[in-house]
Amino acid sequence: MAQTIKGQTGEWEIVIGMEVHAQVLSESKLFSGASTTFGKAPNHNVALVDAALPGMLPVLNEECVRQAVRSGLGIKAEINLYSVFDRKNYFYADLPQGYQISQLYHPIVGEGELTIDLEDGESRTIGIERIHLEQDAGKSIHDQDPHRSFIDLNRTGVALMEIVSKPDLRGGDEASAYMTKLRSILRYLGTCDGNMEQGSMRADVNVSVRPVGSTELGTRTETKNVNSVRFIRQAIEFEARRQVELLEGGGAVVQETRLYDPSKGETRSMRSKEEAHDYRYFPDPDLLPLQLEQGFVDALASDLPELPDEKRARFQAEYGLSAYDAGVLVAEKETGDFFEAVAKGRDAKLAANWVMGELFGALNKASTDLADSPISADSLGGLIEAISEGTISGRTAKDVFASMFETGKSAVAIIDEQGLKQISDEGAIESALDEIIAANPAQVEKAKENPKLKGWFVGQVMKATGGQANPAVVNKLINQKLG
Amino acid sequence: MTELNRLTIAAASAGLAKGEFSARELTQSCVDAMDERSDLGAFITPTPDLALEAADQADAKRKGGEDAPLLGIPLGIKDLFCTEGVQTTAASKILQGFVPTYESSVTTNLLRDGAVFLGKLNLDEFAMGSSNTTSYYGNVVNPWQSASKPDMQLVPGGSSGGSASAVAARLCLGATGTDTGGSIRQPAAFCGITGLKPTYGRCSRWGIVAFASSLDQAGPMARSVEDCAILLGSMAGFDAKDTTSVDTPVPDYTAELGAGVKGLKIGLPREYRVDRMPAEIEQLWQQSAQWLRDQGAEVVEISLPHTHSALPAYYIVAPAEASSNLARYDGVRYGFRADAPDGLPEFSSLEDMYATTRGEGFGAEVQRRIMIGAYVLSAGYYDAYYNKARRVRSLIARDFTEAFEQVDAILTPTTPSAAFGITEEPSGVEMYMNDVFTVPASMAGIPGISLPAGLSSDGLPLGVQLLGRPFDEEGLLRVAQALEDAAGFTATPQLMA
Amino acid sequence: MSITRETVEQAARLARLTVADADKDRLAGELSAILGFVEQLDAIDTSDVDPLTSVVGATARMRKDAVTAGDEPERILANAPDRVTDFYAVPKVVE
Ligand SMILES: [Mg+2]
Ligand SMILES: [Zn+2]
Repeated sequence: MAQTIKGQTGEWEIVIGMEVHAQVLSESKLFSGASTTFGKAPNHNVALVDAALPGMLPVLNEECVRQAVRSGLGIKAEINLYSVFDRKNYFYADLPQGYQISQLYHPIVGEGELTIDLEDGESRTIGIERIHLEQDAGKSIHDQDPHRSFIDLNRTGVALMEIVSKPDLRGGDEASAYMTKLRSILRYLGTCDGNMEQGSMRADVNVSVRPVGSTELGTRTETKNVNSVRFIRQAIEFEARRQVELLEGGGAVVQETRLYDPSKGETRSMRSKEEAHDYRYFPDPDLLPLQLEQGFVDALASDLPELPDEKRARFQAEYGLSAYDAGVLVAEKETGDFFEAVAKGRDAKLAANWVMGELFGALNKASTDLADSPISADSLGGLIEAISEGTISGRTAKDVFASMFETGKSAVAIIDEQGLKQISDEGAIESALDEIIAANPAQVEKAKENPKLKGWFVGQVMKATGGQANPAVVNKLINQKLG
Repeated sequence: MTELNRLTIAAASAGLAKGEFSARELTQSCVDAMDERSDLGAFITPTPDLALEAADQADAKRKGGEDAPLLGIPLGIKDLFCTEGVQTTAASKILQGFVPTYESSVTTNLLRDGAVFLGKLNLDEFAMGSSNTTSYYGNVVNPWQSASKPDMQLVPGGSSGGSASAVAARLCLGATGTDTGGSIRQPAAFCGITGLKPTYGRCSRWGIVAFASSLDQAGPMARSVEDCAILLGSMAGFDAKDTTSVDTPVPDYTAELGAGVKGLKIGLPREYRVDRMPAEIEQLWQQSAQWLRDQGAEVVEISLPHTHSALPAYYIVAPAEASSNLARYDGVRYGFRADAPDGLPEFSSLEDMYATTRGEGFGAEVQRRIMIGAYVLSAGYYDAYYNKARRVRSLIARDFTEAFEQVDAILTPTTPSAAFGITEEPSGVEMYMNDVFTVPASMAGIPGISLPAGLSSDGLPLGVQLLGRPFDEEGLLRVAQALEDAAGFTATPQLMA
Repeated sequence: MSITRETVEQAARLARLTVADADKDRLAGELSAILGFVEQLDAIDTSDVDPLTSVVGATARMRKDAVTAGDEPERILANAPDRVTDFYAVPKVVE
């Protein structure tokens, strides 16, 4: 169910391709031994080769190769056993070599695919063109000095995977679903931390529009470095509308690079005075072609963790969850793991409800996340058990949960401390009920004529037991005795 | 004691070992020689104080019972090798004042083996040239003078012109060079010394200012085949920091030097007989073949059909790689940064700063090659030029592979002429022809050595070149030694210290 | 292939080189001569050969993922023409 734009001349389809730059999780950089840690003092995570000092040479990090291959396997892509690093030549202050080492002609990962899950419950398969490895650039700081820009090379040379989709996406919803799913997969694989605020994942969004029914691609623009799922959606919506208005007004879309300005919700042209870039790609003569063994790839494939789609299917089959619930629980690996720890050997549906309802709600309200949850999976499991075994009622459970969240204590401890344990012992409830029946013969007669009046006995039993009698047992006994 | 600076490395090592003189005395004689012949312009940055200090340390070590292959041997270092704490310029204004905080792998190996560094030797700017006239720090003079025009200054060849001139003039016992298309062998020939370009991957490129990464290779320059063998043994070796360096053991290159050429097959490629090559060079080539024949080698004519494609292919590959390798010289992190134009306090843009810095910082030849390189890689031309040249390179390499199925080594002239006058320098493509015999081996990555085999009718040294199988420097040196013995080249340059 | 003044300007721009107006015609001539020289390769049939990727014929050697460099800004910044604290400084970049 693709989004379209209703223009004045008709309906327009939005065509989107995305180039996502994902920072590879590794200790050191793609071609140097400098650390990849975020937030270090300027120019501290820099090796001689990162600063492009004369005579310095790149040496490939095997972990980055492994991570790229694993990412490729995660999107069911073809792994290219032969790949080559090329130089992409251009000048920029935070590009010390005067070229970026990337892979143009022979990327390490070929075609793959990814299934996106849309809000209406539908899913679509999106083609992925390739993944290649490349170096990140450094950082220029423009606002510290009126006349100068400052250059920090800490990021320079950190490994990126550029994941290029086919132009298969049809609107902001699909594009953001794509980004969300890609992020989820990479996080499951542990190949990228997906931290978009720190720039670990950012997207170049290629947008074009065409009249619905047309099969030709329109002229596209590329909006660079969009760094949140929300901004991706907004940038696309703005950009598509802008293009439709242009075309309907008799204008033409200019193929160009644009920037998204989140404060205005607009994209704007990065009109550079330069003519079109000519990157003069050629194979980096400092690096020999990369030749992988099939066995190396096979070993990584057999070691791949369960990915979100598989996990969701298993949650539906194994725990009887709905597609929606399973989808919510698997979106983040941590959530899925947490849920499984709660659900294992317990009432899974109850577990799903409590994780997604009470726990997510409480975490949200406290502006914290699962990693910092005061209630551990084990502890929440204890609460589920208490409910299932009838130790406490559902209503009491909510109070217990609140105490658990506040104090971090276990369900059992709180139930004990506050004496919240339900009386499920039939003998105890029966003797209380017998006393009440004996003392109120008139009420007994009325209740036998009008069963609605049995409720009075329930109230009396609860009163006599201090509210701790298990209502199910009370009802059962009253029905037996006042039949 | 006089003239220690004229000793070979082998002789000096023997003298040091026997205590006939100290490393300080040896080094002092080189330092004096450098002073005496500073008019040759061989050094950009002489470091006599550091050298004498290092010599004292070598003497102390020897006293302490230590020994090492080059302990106390004074060498000159081409100013393309980064040397920690000592200015490294690549003979370019753009690196003026650049003091590396690191030491190249090759010079690290030499220091490990006890060598004493006399300073940084002049070269063509970024090693681009065949006459050493493109250096920002002035041209180098060849210590040889012709009989017909003794007043005319001659070029030492290039790009390792400072190295060749210094070794020939006895300013140092040996020197490092680098060879991209002939930059060790051609100046060695012009200056009457011996220079070896090892197999690509034999010496680490780490810490050597890059010209053309797929071609650059460091090698020794000295006054005998044996000295080259000694130096190569120290310079060569696997280096994990250069992934194009090859992990194969370094043999003792001196061990087989005297084994002779009996039973070896030597090829003379017919394509090296070029138009306009002086008859005396042809004669010397045939004479050299005869010397080898006399010692029991079989000499056969072979064919290397793509010989004449090597030079044009080289002038695509080398500038293309250079245009990219030299992009880092932008005035941001090190070296020269131009002043803002016309007394303005600052540049209007970063682009301006780049273009002005690079326009002022690079000399004409470097700019020419950068532009050619940018052009042949640019959109629409990449396949026609760069990929075509790489395919031709495959053909050149195949020629050699096939030739080495037939022969053990290949004998050629090193250059099509003797050294020419600095003012007679040919221009443009004509100049490039200097490298016509040296470039094919560079393109194929195989080892080559040039050694002096005789004098021209005008009294100038002429070199012959031997080419060998990949990583068979040992075999190459053995043939070279036989040739050296037969040639008995003992002439010395006029401007010798 | 003959190089024009405009091509010289374009190559100079790509390579970030300020070339004086007075030099452009001379450069056009020199570059044309070089290109003319290298174009003799057109005559060689290379249809059945692959481009040479490396004379050593090996494949990429990789290193272990370990932090072995960094935390030495002085080694990195020692030669900086202009710096502010531990940053390199350049003329202001307008984006
Ligand atoms: Mg992009
Ligand atoms: Zn990219």
